[in-house]
Parts: sequence; C-alpha cells; structure tokens
Amino acid sequence: MSDALQIPTPPAAGPSGRKPGKILSRRNIFIYGTLILVSLYYLLPLYVMVVTSLKGMPEIRVGNIFAPPVEITFQPWVKAWAEACTGLNCDGLSRGFFNSVKILVPSVILSIAIASVNGYALANWRFKGSETFFAILIVGAFIPYQVMIYPIVILLREAGLYGGLTGLVIVHTIFGMPILTLLFRNYFSSVPQELFKAARVDGAGFWSIYFRIMVPMSLPIFVVAMILQVTGIWNDFLFGVIYTKPDLYPMTVQLNNIVNSTQGVKEYNVNMAATILTGLVPLTIYFLSGKLFVRGIAAGAVKG
Amino acid sequence: MRALRAVFAATTALCAATAANATDLEVTHWWTSGGEAAAVAEFAKAFNATGNNWVDGAIAGSGGTARPIIISRITGGDPMGATQFNHGRQAEELVEAGLMLDLTEIAEEGKWRDIIRPSSLLDSCTVDGRIYCVPVNIHSQQWLWLNNSVFENAGVAVPTNWDEFSAAASKLQESGIVPLAMGQQPWQTTLAFQVILTALAGPDAYTRIFGEKDAELAGGPELAKVFQAADAARNMARDSNVQNWNDATTMVITGKAGGQIMGDWAQGEFQVAEMTAGEDYTCLPGLGVNEVIMTGGDAFYFPKVDDPEITAAQLELAKVMISPETQVAFNLKKGSLPVRGDVDLAAANDCMRKGLDILAKGNVIQSPDQLMSADSLTQVNDLFVEFFNNPDMSAEDAQTLFVSIVGNAD
Amino acid sequence: MAAATGPARWHRNISAKIAAIPMIATALVIFIGGTAWTVVYSFTNSKLLPREKFVGLAQYERLWTSNKWLISIENLAIYGILSLIFALVIGFFLAALLDQKIRFEDTFRTVLLYPFALSFIVTGLAWQWILNPDFGIQHVVRSLGFENFAFDPLYNPDIVIYGVLIAGLWHETGLIMCLMLAGLRGIDEDIWKASRIDGIPMWKTYLFIVIPMMRGIFITAIVLVTSGIIKVYDLIVAQTGGGPGISSEVPAKYVYDAMFLSQNLGQGFAASTMMLLTVIIVVVPWAYLEFGGKRT
Repeated sequence: MSDALQIPTPPAAGPSGRKPGKILSRRNIFIYGTLILVSLYYLLPLYVMVVTSLKGMPEIRVGNIFAPPVEITFQPWVKAWAEACTGLNCDGLSRGFFNSVKILVPSVILSIAIASVNGYALANWRFKGSETFFAILIVGAFIPYQVMIYPIVILLREAGLYGGLTGLVIVHTIFGMPILTLLFRNYFSSVPQELFKAARVDGAGFWSIYFRIMVPMSLPIFVVAMILQVTGIWNDFLFGVIYTKPDLYPMTVQLNNIVNSTQGVKEYNVNMAATILTGLVPLTIYFLSGKLFVRGIAAGAVKG
Repeated sequence: MRALRAVFAATTALCAATAANATDLEVTHWWTSGGEAAAVAEFAKAFNATGNNWVDGAIAGSGGTARPIIISRITGGDPMGATQFNHGRQAEELVEAGLMLDLTEIAEEGKWRDIIRPSSLLDSCTVDGRIYCVPVNIHSQQWLWLNNSVFENAGVAVPTNWDEFSAAASKLQESGIVPLAMGQQPWQTTLAFQVILTALAGPDAYTRIFGEKDAELAGGPELAKVFQAADAARNMARDSNVQNWNDATTMVITGKAGGQIMGDWAQGEFQVAEMTAGEDYTCLPGLGVNEVIMTGGDAFYFPKVDDPEITAAQLELAKVMISPETQVAFNLKKGSLPVRGDVDLAAANDCMRKGLDILAKGNVIQSPDQLMSADSLTQVNDLFVEFFNNPDMSAEDAQTLFVSIVGNAD
Repeated sequence: MAAATGPARWHRNISAKIAAIPMIATALVIFIGGTAWTVVYSFTNSKLLPREKFVGLAQYERLWTSNKWLISIENLAIYGILSLIFALVIGFFLAALLDQKIRFEDTFRTVLLYPFALSFIVTGLAWQWILNPDFGIQHVVRSLGFENFAFDPLYNPDIVIYGVLIAGLWHETGLIMCLMLAGLRGIDEDIWKASRIDGIPMWKTYLFIVIPMMRGIFITAIVLVTSGIIKVYDLIVAQTGGGPGISSEVPAKYVYDAMFLSQNLGQGFAASTMMLLTVIIVVVPWAYLEFGGKRT
C-alpha cells in the first residue's frame, strides 16, 4: 500500500480507466440514475426535517409531513439555539456548546494519541502477548456500554476521578480504543518494512521512529480517526451525563432535554432544528476533510 | 421564557446581595418541557429567596434516562443535593443503604402527617418509621378525554361513562372515525389497561390485586369483565396509527378520533389548541364509572453528604417545597394537584376541579409502584402490552397469564 | 521481526511495552475486570444497587423463560444478519459507482455520509413519520390513486423489525461506503489494466480479484457494523419503543430495561452475560485466527 505516499495518485485512477465517453451513454445513465435515486432516499428524511423545522406548530398539527411550509418561520431555529428551556436554563443548545468543545478536544487528542501508539506497537514492535491483549480489546468493542456503567463508576470513584473532566476523557479514550487501535494497526502494518528496517539500522528507537517516520507519513489515517472520534464523542450523551456534573454537561444533554421530554407539549419543529444544529459540527468536518478521509482509509486498512 | 429568566435573574441578584453565604445546591429532575420548567422555576425562586442557590440539573426522560444518572452519582460518592423520584418504592434501596438524608425532624416540626393528603403519599416516603422524601405533587392517569363535536356530528350524545363510550364506538367507526386514539408505545397501553382495570373492577379490587397479590380475585369474574373491556378497547383502537401520546391527543383534537385514555398532562394539548374544558372537550375521571384517581406523582430525595452547610441547605429546600405558597405556585404551573389539603387553588379549571373534588372525597388509590415491586410490575405491564397488540391472544388467555404473574409477584 | 523472543531479549521491546500500558490496562482492568464483575453479579438478585446476595442460576432460568428475551434474540438475529449483508453489499456497490470517475463525487459522498452525523433519536423520529401510514409514504402513494397500496412496517408486528432496518441502514451505510471507496482507491491501477488485457469482465474482476485484496477493509467494516448491531438500542427506543407490543425488542434494550426500568440489575447482568458469551463464541476463534497466528 505504498502508493498512499505518492499523493498525486488521484481519484482519476478509477478502476474502469475508460476515456470519458458520451454524456448520455448507457453507462452514465445507469451510474448517475442509480446515484440520484439513492441520494433521494438519503435526502428524504433530511427534507422532512428541514421542512418541519421551518413550519409553525399549528401547521404541523394539520399534518402533511412532505408539504413545504406555507409560511416559513425561523423561530424554531432561534428557539432551539437560544431559547428552549431545559429545566430552569432557557438558553437552548448554546448553553452546552462550549462544554461539548471542552470535552471533545482533549478526548479526541488523547484517544487518538494512545490508539495510534497502540497500533504502532502492535504492528511494528510485537511482543509476547501483545496480540492477546489486542484480541481482548476487539471483543471489548462488542460490549454494550450500559453494562459497563457501574463498574466504571466504581473504578473512577476509587481513583478519585469521578465527576470531573479527566474521568470523562479517560472513559472516551477507553471506549474509542478498540476500533481506533484496529485502524492504526492495519495502517502501520502497510507501511513498507524497508523504511522501518533502515531506521532501525540507523539506531533509531521506538519513539524516534514513531515521531520522525510514522507520524509524518500518517496524516490521512489521523484524519480518519479524528472524524470517527469527533462524531462519536460529539454525539455522546450517556457518558457525558453520567460521569460529569451539570456545569460540564455537553450539548447533547440539552438536545435530549428538548427532544425527549415525555410529558408536556412536543414541539417537533424545534426538535428538528435542534438536531440539525447539533449535527452541524460533525457535518462541517465531513465537508472539510472528505477527501483526506477517503485517502486516509485507503492507505490504512487495506492490508489486514 | 425570557421574561421568566429575567425575573429569575433578578431574584438571584437580590439574594446574592442579601445572603451572606449562599450554598449551591444541585437539583436533578426530569422536568424540561415548557410548563414543567416554569413550575420548577417556582421552586428555584422560593429556594433562592432563602439565601441559597439552586443549581439546575435537568435531564429529560424519567426512568430509563435519569435513573442510571442519579444512581451513578450517588454510588460514585459525588451526589447531587436533591433528586426527583416517582412516588413509590423506586428509591427504597438507596434509603436502606443509608445513602439518603433523614427528614423526620423537619417533617415532625412541619406536621407533615397532618397536612399531606392523601396520607399514603407520606407512607411511601417512610422507611422504618423515618421519613426520607418530600412529596411535591399528584398526577393522575385515570382520565378519558373526549372531543364533544365528534360525538355530536355522529349523532350520539357525548358519553358520560365507559359503557356509553363503547356503545357509541360503532357509530363513530361508520363515519370513519377511530373511536379510541392510542399511541403505540408500550407505556401508553399499560396506562390504558390499568385505568380500565381500576375503573371497571373498582378501587378495592385494584388494591387487593396489586397490593395483596390476590390471585383468586385476579382469576374471578370481575376481572374477566376487565379483560373483555380491554378486548373492546383493542378493537376500538385498531386503526390508530400513531406512536406518541400527544399525536394520539392530536387525533382527538382534530376530530380524527373520539377519545383517548391518558393522564392529566393531556390537558396541556387541549389548552394549546384553545379548547375549553366542558364545552369543547370532556374529561371523565375514572372513565366515568368509578371516580377515583391514582396518587402518582413526584417526590424529592436528598442524598446524604458530609458537608454540614449542604445538609442545612437540603433541609431548607425540603421545607420550601412543602410550604403552602410554593405548593400553589408550583402546581398551578405544572397542572398537577398539590399534596397539601389546606391550600386554595382558585385558578384551577374545570377538569382540575374534578380532580380536587375527588381528592377531597378521599377517592384515591395508590399507584402500582407503591404496591408492587418494579420487577413484578414490569411483567404485568409486558402482559398488557402483548395482549393489546396481539389480536390472537384471547381475553381468557390473558387473564390466565395475569393470574400466574399476580400469584408469583412480590 | 520484532516478535523475536530470544532469552535475554525481553527488554529489547521495553519502550513498546511501556507504550502499550494503557492498552493492557484497558484490556485487563476494564474489559476483563468489568466483564468478570458483571458475570459475578449476574448470579445475585441485585435490584437497584449491586449486592452480594447470591441466588445461583435463578436469573438465567428466568431469562430463558421470558418471552421478551426470546423475541429480542430473534429480532437481533434477523436485524443483524440483514443489516450486515445489506450494509456491506450496498456500501460496496455505491463505492464502486462512486469510483467510476464521476462528476460531483464529493456531493454524492457527502449526501450518503451525512446521516452518520445525526443522532439516533431523531433518525428514529423522522423515519417513524415517513413510515406512518396516515401521513407518510403510504398516504402519499394512496393519494396518487393507488388505493390499496399498503406500507406500514412499523405498525405490523410481523415486519416491524424490517421497518427499523430501513432506518438503521440509512444511518450506517454511508460510513461503510466511505470505507469501501477508500479500499477501492487503494487498489493498484495495474490490476485493472491487467484484467482488461486478459478480457476479464468487470464484475468478475471486482468479485474475484478486488474484494479479496480488500480483506482488511472488510474486517474493519464488519467489526464496525457488528459491534453497532449488538449495541442497537437508541434507534429502537426512538422509532418504536419496542412495539407494537414487544415485537421489536432487542437484547441491548432488554438489558437496559431490566437494569434501569424494572430495577433488576441481576437480570440485566444475566442478559448481558449471555450476550457477551455469544460474542466470545463467535469472535474469539476468529480473532485468534486473524491476529493470534503467524504474521508476515
């Protein structure tokens, strides 16, 4: 998989390799037709969400979910961001936004740092038992989170970390570890052994190879890991609420409070606006790093 | 909400100026919708007026969402200052494990025994003769909500009880109206079934079955009638294709359905749709058969902490929650009934008044949470849900299963 | 290479061993320790708080006589198998289409990936509306003149799990597609040239040459999808609440409900122990073959 390093091997190296033919060839009709149909299926719920978020409640009560709004209102968006009440605090999603950022940044950095070193050790510096620990880790990926709630509460309590940011960051690191380690391990295994051996001959050790050779070559896979972690941690509700206190509650707590209240009037337009707003951060990251994402995985996970 | 926040901020500022050392007290609850939040603000306002500071920890979604959080925080050794639970036995173990603050002294001082009505509310706060929680409101589930115009248009009188309602059902069905709106989520089915049981078999039978686990009665003819009625309800709700309770209420409001069995919180939806109780819609407590209501609702518990300042603030909050002024202010906003018999609710509407009358007469039953362990109750509820959704299960089969669950319940 | 195990060589990898301490700690303390803790307490009758009141196998007996649990397992099997197959097949198919040097690739890719950024709670709600017979797809098609058109998966106990599947696939297929696309981008162009020269049809090249080369991608994708399937919970809660009746219950929901709604921790632990046992039976032999054996 060395051609990951030859950056200008662009998507243009598609498998068919044919010259672009007539615009309305049967092949093109098939490809674009299918993609457009599939895209419609994917966009339908988004359409429903956006349309609903722009309607007033009386219009929603009448109830054609596909009908475009008769009277467009942005009030639900304003309310979702700045006015919706969650208990006493009537400042909508904006309240938790910076907490989410405060949780996101250290969690993403720490989890990726640790998982990448794990992957590196597993791929290039295997020691007796290393694969066993890795196998345990992979099995751990399948454990439902809920089961681990109480044991982790007890562990954090004993370590004196319960209720703070540090504890939460550790929890995110732990639960991100299995998949990320798998990803990094596969990536580093695909790096040409010659590079590694040459560095060893030059007397470079574990850390200097990692920082001087592996990390600089691995930007794409770091981006991949970042995207996975940003989505996961940004959307996390359970851990954020169980392992911290109200002054650290992430944005998803407000989202849950807006969307999930069972008694009392449900404002579907605000619910939809709130969801789209919460999704904006991961969405922005998809947009910005889409190309790197694809190239990164290409480089990383191809060889098992 | 903005105005509310401004008032709140002003109060806080005022308190900060007067109180020398305000103690922050974190309060966990699951009241997050508009009306609920306004009600909580009343608590906070009253508490802050004592010179302390209410730190809000709202988490929507009772039970499944809030409970693991509450329990984790308490077992994690870093508890909140106060936390909401439903009336009943949910928090019993936490009390038994010595994790909750004993409120007996202030309860005696405030004569809670005399003022709290019905007294069963206080009983469920009592473990080994000591009091561990403050009941704050009563919500009742035993209501049948009807859209008057639907019945008038179909040419039948607006029903005044369940039998008239089921008799009118075929008329409604002929004109393409769903007689009984019902959300498909399991808790709604359970609620409807329990209401039918209490209303048709009567409060005594209910208490004997859930409280004394009387399996013989559960297999008797009175309950057979209940299962027949549930079978009828199942048919009446056959064409109700909604999930959420408020979507079902909307069916009633828009005239797509005749009625809905739902708790008193459904009233909020009728009010938002600008309908007037008694004129546009009718509420029948206890399905118009046995006018009883269940004294479900919410209570607050105070986890034990080492800091004496926090303990003082906790006791202060407990006193504030039960005080007459706070009870009135809170319950008017919340739409629930106060736990004190000695307060005046002049602003209550028609349906709330019916509820108050029933309370005054003492026609109350305890909620199933208070009578049966959560575990056994889940089994009962699962059976109701299955019966309601599986047309192949006959009323007799369901009753047989019911008898065996009641017989083994704890 | 680095796995060389000479007698005095244990310290050669000392940095790697130190670096792997967080992983080892996580594996031993959290995953093994937490699991052991869960298994031990599954033999107790813990209710709200974990307590050491042992009751032998009572929780397991009850579990296996519970209709709800049996339905949960059946649903997980159906949902899991179909979800895995469809996610991989559709994901691969879409990736292959996107890999044909098309225009607007970025747009298509983002459209297919965006659901992954949205929460399950609202995914469930939106699909619940779309599949509602009274104002969703069925309503629209009927109003076009097809009076007998019936499509109400969420309201029919026999097929409700397929209704959930529609929403589940919508949420996850985009990510799998991106993984697959990435894998395809990694295939050497010479392979395509060679197969064209030999006159091998394109579908055969994909099936017999390209897919075997993408083994690592498939493993990553399978681990991602299956671990998601086993943990499926929020989607069900948001879309059906387990209904109609108990026809769309799943094991993770059974565990959660037992632990936090019925306040029966012991039962929840017993159910999760069964889930874990199943995972271990399936995963461990595979992991052993995959990672435990010799390597290049």
